[in-house]
Amino acid sequence: MPNSVYIVLIPLLPLAGFVVLGLFGRRFFSRSAGLLGTGVVLVSAVLAVWVAWRYLGAGWTDGHFGQYVPVRWNWLTFSPGISIEMSIILDPISVMMIFVVTFISLMVHIYSLGYMKGEPRYATYYSFLNLFTFSMLGLVLAGNIFETYIFWELVGCSSFLLIGYYFDRPSAVRAANKAFIVTRFADLGFLIGILILSFHAETLDFRTLIERLTQPGPLLTGIMTASFLGISLLSWGLVLVFMGGAGKSAMFPLHIWLPDAMEGPTPVSALIHAATMVVAGVYLVARLYPVYMYPVTDASQVVLYVGALSALLAAVIACTQTDIKRVLAYSTMSQIGYMMFALGTVHYSGEAATLGYTAAMFHLFTHAFFKALLFLCAGVIIHRVHSNEMTAMGGLRRALPLTHVCFLIACLAISGIPPFAGFFSKEDILLAAWNANKPVYYIGLFTSGLTAFYMFRLYFSVFWGRPMVGSGDHGAGGDHGAGGHHGAGGRHEAGGHHREAPFTMKLPLVILALGAVFAGWVPFSRLVTYDGVPQAGHGIGVFSIAPVTVALIGIAIAAYLYRVVSDRPKRAAVAFRGVYQFAYHKFYIDEVYSFITKKVIFNLIGRPAAWVDRNIVDGLMNFLAAVTARIAVGIKGLQSGKVQDYALYFFVGIAGLAIIFIYIYT
Amino acid sequence: MNQVPLIHILFLSTALFFVGMYGLLTRRNLITMLMSVELILNSVNINFVAFNRYLYADRLDGVFFSLFIVAIAAAEAAVAIAIIINLYRNFKSIDVEAADEMKF
Repeated sequence: MPNSVYIVLIPLLPLAGFVVLGLFGRRFFSRSAGLLGTGVVLVSAVLAVWVAWRYLGAGWTDGHFGQYVPVRWNWLTFSPGISIEMSIILDPISVMMIFVVTFISLMVHIYSLGYMKGEPRYATYYSFLNLFTFSMLGLVLAGNIFETYIFWELVGCSSFLLIGYYFDRPSAVRAANKAFIVTRFADLGFLIGILILSFHAETLDFRTLIERLTQPGPLLTGIMTASFLGISLLSWGLVLVFMGGAGKSAMFPLHIWLPDAMEGPTPVSALIHAATMVVAGVYLVARLYPVYMYPVTDASQVVLYVGALSALLAAVIACTQTDIKRVLAYSTMSQIGYMMFALGTVHYSGEAATLGYTAAMFHLFTHAFFKALLFLCAGVIIHRVHSNEMTAMGGLRRALPLTHVCFLIACLAISGIPPFAGFFSKEDILLAAWNANKPVYYIGLFTSGLTAFYMFRLYFSVFWGRPMVGSGDHGAGGDHGAGGHHGAGGRHEAGGHHREAPFTMKLPLVILALGAVFAGWVPFSRLVTYDGVPQAGHGIGVFSIAPVTVALIGIAIAAYLYRVVSDRPKRAAVAFRGVYQFAYHKFYIDEVYSFITKKVIFNLIGRPAAWVDRNIVDGLMNFLAAVTARIAVGIKGLQSGKVQDYALYFFVGIAGLAIIFIYIYT
Repeated sequence: MNQVPLIHILFLSTALFFVGMYGLLTRRNLITMLMSVELILNSVNINFVAFNRYLYADRLDGVFFSLFIVAIAAAEAAVAIAIIINLYRNFKSIDVEAADEMKF
């Protein structure tokens, strides 16, 4: 087993990077912050690969990959049973996740060396990226559910800092607030869920918690019989924990923050909102998978339907969006929906019961590669065109050849075309859905067609069609409404228009493209399953005909509509007028939220509460103060400065004392 | 002949005492306040002499103490006049209500 010092170093090195760059970055490291930050993450990545190699190569006990806890430190003990013990847990999914997180973080760090060069707050950016890497690594390595919550909040904080990085832009500030508030609200559910589950299982440690909530025993019976509003507390706990996961993973209806989070710099979107943070919810459900799997709760149904609905909804919305990053954001939401509903397919099937777990984790793995690749390519495109809007882009395949190839590879991967990565993972997910719940399978199938369609819509609109006039000069770019573009666009004179992108930006593209091609060939089901026992993998077979066909149809439609600039898309939009308008406005969900918060919560709860606070609470205090002041004024009058008054008081006092003494002594 | 009952003399001195006190607390003119203080001291003098005559007729302690009081009253009157002169110099008035600077 790997030496535990090296394992602890994996999250702690980025923490050190954050502290050093955060405190001293501006003064000492303003040029070299990027190299320091990247170096730290490089070492973490090497250690993570080493840990994965050792664990997956030598982690066998009794023929399966067991859970191994190398580090344990008792932080806070509430009672002999419940204590917050900071521990690191190594099992197939955590090992896979540290590899994914460090690798993608490393790619983003390298890419940012080129992308964020010349930024005034360069060191701050890298310190935030390191903070995020530390938090995410801590989250996936946490062995105690409260420790997960601590890192969960830290990840949310890093996301806030990074989305609001361009804090002089009000839209970015609003987006950061929105992300933080929505995820914080979801974390309320998470916390209540933690409290319910840990109170009944009398422990906070994951292994013990899962054991107590799945083996029949007095604690399990206790939590299952206790009920609130007719639903057992176990279901409540699991659903509330899922609510926390849904907020962080942008599941319907807590997804509203993700598109707005694209206000942050593009490498940040690649790292946080595509590959790592948004999958934290999936990871959480996977961590508690044995409990979700327990047949009596309906929690897995909730996971299943919410995931499927999010996948479909996001795909429909993505078909109408014109901002390249928003399309990718909705695509992320859709793919995470796939992962979620794969995790939820547990309730029904028999021997293939846990295929959903493997499939979700596999898709998480491959998705990280091609989604990060998509975002980083988008960064190159945006940098070139100085705008996020698809209407300003076109015919870029000659100007950006490498980006073109990488983007194409990523689009093929996400559409599920063999032999690229996305095919294998998506096929596993659809297989799990087919075994479990046929309607969800059909939703998944249709959504994969939509995925292929909107991704290739994006691809053809950007790289084919007529080259835009503005791709060669320093036009003001279409800074439409919610688009906005990054502040580092003022580097025209660095020769960025004659060269596609600096080497530091091209290298991650190439590496990730290789990943998007080959990641599907990893024998995942032999390595990552929920109980560690290897399962047989699935290759290309009869089952894959339907998804691939649907994807090819989607690609063909997109090519017909978008390969050549024409008015066919407009005619299609008119033909589907109602649905199109609805989808373009994101199903008005933001408006619903705005209505609920402004008209209902503010007016019915906020205003009365403010009134009570101002008038009653403050009024009471003001009243007390006024009474005291009145009394004080009255007493003040006694000190009149006149000698005769003082003499009078003196005499009254003497007379009073005399009377008292006479009264006492007679 | 029958003596005047002691209580009559005590009434007199008490009345003088309270008249003096009333004058001290009420009059605005500093000189008049000084006169009231003298009245109080003299009422106490009457008390001393009366008790001496009626209770300890063969001794003179009370009368001696009255002499003390007279002497001290004189000294105190001198000091009081000096204070009044200082007050006049500061406030340009011998109205006691003019010297109210030590109020709140």
